[in-house]
Amino acid sequence: MKTLMRIVLALIVLAVLVIAAMLWVPVQHTPSKSLDEPEAVVTVARGEYIMRASDCLACHTTDGGRPFTGGRKIDSPFGIIYSTNITPDKETGIGTYSLDEFRAALYDGLRNDGTHLYPAMPYENYRFLSEVDVRSLYLYFMQEVPAVHNAVPQTVLVFPFNQRWGVRAWKWLALQESEFQSISFDAQINRGAYLVQGPAHCAACHSPRTALMTQKGVSEKNSAFLTGGELNGWSVPDLRSKDSVSAMWSTQQMANYLATGRNDYATSVGQMSLVVEHSLQYLTDEDNLAIAAYLTHLSASSNEGALSLQEDKTPTQTERLLTSADPSMPLGARLYLDNCGGCHFVDGRGAAEIFPALDGNTLVNADSATGLIHVILHGAELPSTTHRPARLRMQGHAWRLSDEEVAALATFVRQGWHNQATAVSANAVKLLR
Amino acid sequence: MARQEPKKDVVIVGLGWTGAILGMELAQEGLEVLALERGEDRDTVPDFKFPNIADELKYGVRCALVQKLSAATLTIRRTQAEVALPYRQLGSFLPGDGVGGAGTHWNGHTWRPQPEELRLRSYTIERFGRQTIPEDMLLQDYPLTYDELEPHFDRFERVAGISGQAGNLRGKIIPGGNPFEGPRSDDYCMPAMPQTYDATLFAQAAKQLGYHPFPRPGAIASKAYVNEYGMQLGPCSFCGFCERYGCYNYSKGSPHVCILDALKRKPNFSYRTKTEVLRVELAADKKTATGVTYYDHRTGEEVFQPADLVILCAYQLHNVHLLMLSGIGKPYDPVTGEGVTGRGYAYQMNGGVQLFFKDKEFNPFVGTGSNGMVIDDFGINQIDFAREGFIGGSYISTGTTNGQPIRSMPLPAGTPAWGKGWKEGIGQWYGHAMSIGSHGSCMSYKNCYMDLDPTYKDQFGRPMLRMTFNWNENDIRMTQFMRVKMEEIASQLKPDIMQSGFKKSGAMYDVRPYQTTHNVGGNIMGEDPSTSVLNRYLQTHDVHNVFVMGAGAFPQNIQYNPTGLVGGLAYWAAHALRTDYLRQPRNLA
Repeated sequence: MKTLMRIVLALIVLAVLVIAAMLWVPVQHTPSKSLDEPEAVVTVARGEYIMRASDCLACHTTDGGRPFTGGRKIDSPFGIIYSTNITPDKETGIGTYSLDEFRAALYDGLRNDGTHLYPAMPYENYRFLSEVDVRSLYLYFMQEVPAVHNAVPQTVLVFPFNQRWGVRAWKWLALQESEFQSISFDAQINRGAYLVQGPAHCAACHSPRTALMTQKGVSEKNSAFLTGGELNGWSVPDLRSKDSVSAMWSTQQMANYLATGRNDYATSVGQMSLVVEHSLQYLTDEDNLAIAAYLTHLSASSNEGALSLQEDKTPTQTERLLTSADPSMPLGARLYLDNCGGCHFVDGRGAAEIFPALDGNTLVNADSATGLIHVILHGAELPSTTHRPARLRMQGHAWRLSDEEVAALATFVRQGWHNQATAVSANAVKLLR
Repeated sequence: MARQEPKKDVVIVGLGWTGAILGMELAQEGLEVLALERGEDRDTVPDFKFPNIADELKYGVRCALVQKLSAATLTIRRTQAEVALPYRQLGSFLPGDGVGGAGTHWNGHTWRPQPEELRLRSYTIERFGRQTIPEDMLLQDYPLTYDELEPHFDRFERVAGISGQAGNLRGKIIPGGNPFEGPRSDDYCMPAMPQTYDATLFAQAAKQLGYHPFPRPGAIASKAYVNEYGMQLGPCSFCGFCERYGCYNYSKGSPHVCILDALKRKPNFSYRTKTEVLRVELAADKKTATGVTYYDHRTGEEVFQPADLVILCAYQLHNVHLLMLSGIGKPYDPVTGEGVTGRGYAYQMNGGVQLFFKDKEFNPFVGTGSNGMVIDDFGINQIDFAREGFIGGSYISTGTTNGQPIRSMPLPAGTPAWGKGWKEGIGQWYGHAMSIGSHGSCMSYKNCYMDLDPTYKDQFGRPMLRMTFNWNENDIRMTQFMRVKMEEIASQLKPDIMQSGFKKSGAMYDVRPYQTTHNVGGNIMGEDPSTSVLNRYLQTHDVHNVFVMGAGAFPQNIQYNPTGLVGGLAYWAAHALRTDYLRQPRNLA
């Protein structure tokens, strides 16, 4: 009994010490990296470009709000987090931040008052930013972005997540790697790897999460890196395996997708459309090709899949059923003809850059049918981009199809042509209306 | 007191095809461009979404995308002896309304005029003698040539996404295309669409008679396509809801699908809907415009919009009306023959043969607006005007454009129009009919013109536009010539029943049945300021910073659908503006 008491006491003392350490031991900043390029290349223009690549605008601006003034609601599993004002306003923004403090926010998730930022800010990835890019980004925000006085709503999460010192413990687990390491002799692949792992923070969505919600893989050292995740119930595509789009698409097709949200096979949906709209369309063609080259490299693919996808024109069973005009065809097939066939066609192949192919489509075949159901119910819109300005829209069908009908249609599409995904229930549809 | 808006470099009146083209071209020059559109804003989704758009009663019969005559109309009479009455019920022609204009609800037929049509007066005199031209006909040359326009036709065709088969590539005749067309610098940007059964039958019969059938060129995408602005079309699914409808499938070339999203990205372009331009304001010396005054339907007030350049891009009828109300160009007087504004209104002379077959089944529910096979063997450059006794020509075609049940249920003459007999007729003949149509030229005449109505006023208290138009013997002789040729082709197909509909001598213009929305002239282009409103750059002779797009510029109508020429002229004018006028604003001619 005494022994047990001692152990309990020891544990309590330890816990108090740990908490005390977390509260009072000074936080260490990750030191700045060496400048591998001369200071002269630190420019406002480079900063703006890295801001685009890092997609700062999307989270730090409300719809219709002034750029970077924050206040955007970000849904997290723990409650709503409001993004901060990152204009150089001295009271409500980052106007008082020194370069070191600015770097600490990007690398260590720290405000300049020492408060821990919630990891909605992807400092797990921004840690990889080079010193030249950090300095350029700082220069851009301080010199180019107009200071706007805008106090954003306070983020209030439920206990225990409202205890920000707890984030510190989380960081001990999450912030393992701190430097981008080149992975290839090929400069293009390295550039792509830097963009993917650092500014573009692809792993934030495309890597799975651990039980403690850290990214399972911030670089390819971890075999789970970019193997697909989940976001708001949608499956986020795997970008690494042999049957992922990285392996199926040519680098040019992947680059087209990144720059315009569309390519010969697919169109962007959900959060990815926002990434294209606010970030990737502004990258140079070379950089989007570099990202594509890195993803190809990562999937160890020779891009032969893309060819076979297009060349096999043998009509499938599904195509034969749809063209049979048999009045007794199943409900899902009939609904497809009545609602979808005009654009996606009976062969499920759609048309390049405008009507995505459903046969082999990542969203259609995702483990979670949430994304597909959402698109059928509420439609989809492609972002307007420099190379492809058309805001192509698919209309929603929520007003027209019942839960049972959407389920039948989604099941038909998930199991038509070469697709082999699971069936969809009417209940799953009901939840997404 | 009118509200005044901050000055713009350019104000564009009307945001349809030409407004979108000029908006894009001038926005690319970095100018501050504002487009004023009297109608609603529109886009593919939600405005044309499926299946709501495929509502024949709403869009096909009640014409929801067309100008509301209760809000704006004109008066019409056939002769100067009649009292013109307001056009109160949509019939003969359907002007567009809202963003996209008539480019939203068209069928997509896109043609270039024959080179001879652009110099028709000279051609007629050279080939057949001056005496061939009737005394009351206002036959004029266009003040520019086919060769000058060719790059601009090509440009428009590539922007609008035209599917077709070239017949004359840089002078080389290509089998399967139209051998009588002017030389094209390049093939169409998309291959021709597949054809329906009726079109195939027509082509076979025409070929047997020694004619040269070819697929109709049209703004219907046969494959996925991206134009120079990065705008996209997707392949058509043959739903058959083109004319009177917006396309839900991104398959029909229209300002929305081909230009507007790209234009809206430009920070120096903006547009305001529900703004109806009342007049162009002129400086005291009447040599330049200072801007336009418009009525803001949202706030209910008049607004003065200053601008350095005013481009009228509304429908032909409205452009002519605005010119008259603004005092640009001397009004045309049919008695003295003097004056220019309102002079030379013309239309289109069409005819048709309906064929019924007991043993042939067509699928009338499959079609596109530009479906069909065509022969141009009786086009303008193939007719001996002196021998046949008329100036003009037609193209002849067949092709199901829609099988919409309310308006597309052809029945043999004598079938009861309702009740048991009608039902029996439908049962027997639905899907067993096809038709052959002719689409022909219409010349301009001294007694066909437009002016301001002395009696009727519009909602703003302005006199309405008055149209005086009737059919003329020259064009009736032309269509009767086509009747003979078409009945010959029809007979070749051995139908069980055949019935023809062609204007006969003495026919009077009837505004009730739909004929075509190809109203042309009224502000025609020419070299001589005493017989034309516009010079060869679509610039008004009198007010150098006012340009007028559209078919109002046609001195007489061509035998083809006008959009190809309208689009080509718009790019031609835009080129002149960009490369010349903007550097030194002045009369360019």
